[in-house]
Amino acid sequence: MSRQRKSSAFDIASQIRHGEVSCEEHISEILENIQQQEPTFHAYIRIVEDSLDAARKIDQRVKRGEKLGKLCGLGVAIKDNISTKGIQTTCASRMLLDYVPPYDATVVERIRKEDGIILGKTNMDEFGMGSTTEFSFFGPTKNPLDPTLVAGGSSGGSAAAVSLFEADLALGSDTGGSVRCPASFCSIVGLKPTYGRVSRYGLISYASSLEQIGQLGRTAEDCALLLDSIAGYDTMDSTSLRAETKDNLSRPSNDLDGVRIGVIKEFMDGTVEPVSKAINDAIGIMESLGATSQEVSLPSLRFALSSYYIIAMSEASSNLARYDGLRYGHESGFTDDDWQRFFSKNRAYGFGSEVKKRLIIGTFVLIAGYYERFYLKAQQARSQVRNDFIQQFKNFDVLVGPTMPLLPFRLGEKLTDPLALYMCDIDTVPANLAGIPSISVPVSAGTPIGLQILGPILGEEKIISVARIYEEATR
Amino acid sequence: MKRQPAKMSMTETQEYEILIGLEIHCQLTSVPTKLFCSCSSDYREKAPNSVICPVCMGLPGTLPVLSRSAIEKGLMLALALECTPVTRLIFYRKNYFYPDLPKNYQITQYDKGGASPLAYNGTIKISDGHSIPITRINLEEDPGRLTYQGSIQTSPYALVDYNRAGVVLAEVVTAPELRTPKEARLALESVQAILEHLGSFESTLDGSIRCDANISLARGNRVEVKNITSFKDVARALTFEITRQRGLLSKGIPIKMETRHWDEKRRITVSLRVKEGEAEYRYFPDPDLLPIEISKTELSELKAAIPELPESRAKRFVLDFGINEETAKTLVRGKGLADLFEESSKEFKNYDKLAHLLSADLLGVLNRSEIDLNDTKITPKHILRILKLEADGVISGPAARDLVTQLVNTGDLPSHIAEEKTKITDKKLLEAEIHKAFMNAPQAVNDAKTNENAINYLLGIVMGLTKGRADPKETLTMIKKMLEKSRQ
Repeated sequence: MSRQRKSSAFDIASQIRHGEVSCEEHISEILENIQQQEPTFHAYIRIVEDSLDAARKIDQRVKRGEKLGKLCGLGVAIKDNISTKGIQTTCASRMLLDYVPPYDATVVERIRKEDGIILGKTNMDEFGMGSTTEFSFFGPTKNPLDPTLVAGGSSGGSAAAVSLFEADLALGSDTGGSVRCPASFCSIVGLKPTYGRVSRYGLISYASSLEQIGQLGRTAEDCALLLDSIAGYDTMDSTSLRAETKDNLSRPSNDLDGVRIGVIKEFMDGTVEPVSKAINDAIGIMESLGATSQEVSLPSLRFALSSYYIIAMSEASSNLARYDGLRYGHESGFTDDDWQRFFSKNRAYGFGSEVKKRLIIGTFVLIAGYYERFYLKAQQARSQVRNDFIQQFKNFDVLVGPTMPLLPFRLGEKLTDPLALYMCDIDTVPANLAGIPSISVPVSAGTPIGLQILGPILGEEKIISVARIYEEATR
Repeated sequence: MKRQPAKMSMTETQEYEILIGLEIHCQLTSVPTKLFCSCSSDYREKAPNSVICPVCMGLPGTLPVLSRSAIEKGLMLALALECTPVTRLIFYRKNYFYPDLPKNYQITQYDKGGASPLAYNGTIKISDGHSIPITRINLEEDPGRLTYQGSIQTSPYALVDYNRAGVVLAEVVTAPELRTPKEARLALESVQAILEHLGSFESTLDGSIRCDANISLARGNRVEVKNITSFKDVARALTFEITRQRGLLSKGIPIKMETRHWDEKRRITVSLRVKEGEAEYRYFPDPDLLPIEISKTELSELKAAIPELPESRAKRFVLDFGINEETAKTLVRGKGLADLFEESSKEFKNYDKLAHLLSADLLGVLNRSEIDLNDTKITPKHILRILKLEADGVISGPAARDLVTQLVNTGDLPSHIAEEKTKITDKKLLEAEIHKAFMNAPQAVNDAKTNENAINYLLGIVMGLTKGRADPKETLTMIKKMLEKSRQ
């Protein structure tokens, strides 16, 4: 086992900063891992070419005694729906096969500023629409624990890259669980921050009101490191929060004394036994660390999944309207005298079937008449979900449950049953509807079962510290 | 009280009730940026697709950030039009595919399902004395521009220029209570005058005020006419459309509910699409923009910042200059004319005369020639010169009006009268010039004995010979003397 496999990203950054490890050597190791494992697992869509040059520059600056940023020489993988200047950003769609953004997403800018090294763009479900990374134009990503299983999605490439030591850290996006689901299936940590905590500028929109850029790492501390590097108000995103950025890296206490944990009943119900048993064991461990737990019910959660899909698809139908083949993206070669037919041909050719399905449903539910019956109803349900959480956080510090109601399944297994696939998101979408932060931590190292810890608005500090204490106790 | 719609006499036997509603799109040109990005709003005369950025091009991943200045200017317009502003501003997406729309949706405002526009329930007071109710004012982004070769129907291509995409538009929607094409024109004029007085708007900019019109005859189907880009064309387009619909109705052909395009070159409307029910725009609140609260303090500050508007300016003209109310109202129909009056009044104290020259003579010529005052280079100096020449008796009233016509058509005064030159008072020089005039017009000399007008004619010749430099009073006295002498 190589050196890095023993260290967290946080420790590696510290070693590079102090000249104990050369950044060039570290990045070379990552590139070797990529070379060896990519043919099997397919975490990346594209590897950038200049990462070794960037690493050498970091080493020179370390030698000169310069002060380096928080991500000092760490290799970061970026989900392919986050804009990178000069680097193709495809959303794993044929529609954007040739699209090269002329600007960096705010998060990418901030990673560069903190001296992180962008390694490449990771695989995903097309435009983030999926929970397995099977709906990628480039083919699926395989589960690092077992390549016959799905990696989860839609940020499956980012989770697999971190799990396979093909990156120190990764960015994903979480619209309804797209960071936490693959983190759980790939047995790493995935964090979805409070809505507005991280700027969405440059994140190619799927469902604007639900999604946040999330952090993937091998430890909760690593996720906190990445979050602290990119969080904060951005003038380019009106929905970003002007909240004070807290230091999520400060050492938490060693136990969970006095921490009040609510176990979400609706999450536990309908979860397969090996998972629910593992979660109950995890809760037992937290109690042994001093926490108290109690089962709680949030009745509005029964509306969560359907409300989520109505809102997500509605917003998607509008967000993805711009892909018409006129200004950018893949040159399909179609011509037509009539621009409507030209747009239709490009869209029919460029989008995959899952995207088309969601756009058609989203278009339907926004039509006057249906808007009131579906979209507005979904928004009302969303308010109820939000209120239920607000109520519960008066009594509990954190709420917990499984991240996924089932274990990773075989590739292709659920492709013929779309509703079963949508059902996989049942425990992750509530955090997106409520805009609250949520983190998924493996119940134990190497197990594809995630313990989900949810906190109140801007409660990242709390859930990260609970996750870290749990992690250390189970390591 | 609701006004009775007009009935226009169509044929000798048939009358159709006419209802016209306008959607007036005003660019708030004084806002320096576009509505949702930092691109300059000054896009005219620029190379195609050069005043753009990732945000206004709707590139994947970009997000809109609302211009505060646009909200302020929009609210000031709303207050000036006596609308009730909202306290919570929400933007909606209007979803439709069109090549000039970078995102294939327009960020605008909406008035149904609990949504509200920027402001609602106002009034456009037009100069014929009527008040047209305003339903609402929306703030929205302008689309890009499509350029065709020749007509929209026959052009082999359309070129897309996104420089205009994202520019701030205030959309003023009137109730369908306009009765004639002329009223529609006056309503546009009134909104423009208010915008000009607010300093929100430069009317000299091409296409800065445009409108769509809804027309229905005899309470039948509504036809929407799009692409009306000037004042002149609003009356033309409406007149054309009314005539077209009247023609169909008189033959018993029903009017289809449709959207038509005003072809300003051919001066006709052509069908764009037939609507089957209301258009489906799938409006929903834009999740990229959070609601914006408008505080009472902010509103009262904006109210206090509103400068003098046409209505109060007219009242002040009556008080300060003693001109009649009708004339004052005419003067303030455009800020340019009102400014011309007020500037000139500093040096020319016969206000009635000044007001008449501007409101009757100048405006008359402008209207007949279909020229906008803002498109001419007429300055107070020109006006003062004409009035002075007339007051000094150098030129007659009709000659002054001729000069106004020349001024409008050429943009300047003829060179020999443009400047006040040193007057010739030297009697010997004048005598020589009068001699020449007598030689040139012996008949006039003869007539002058009995006809006063012939004396004026001779004076005119002398003025011409001296390029206007002869002192008119002195010359007149000398002509009379010399005529008497020749009679003796």
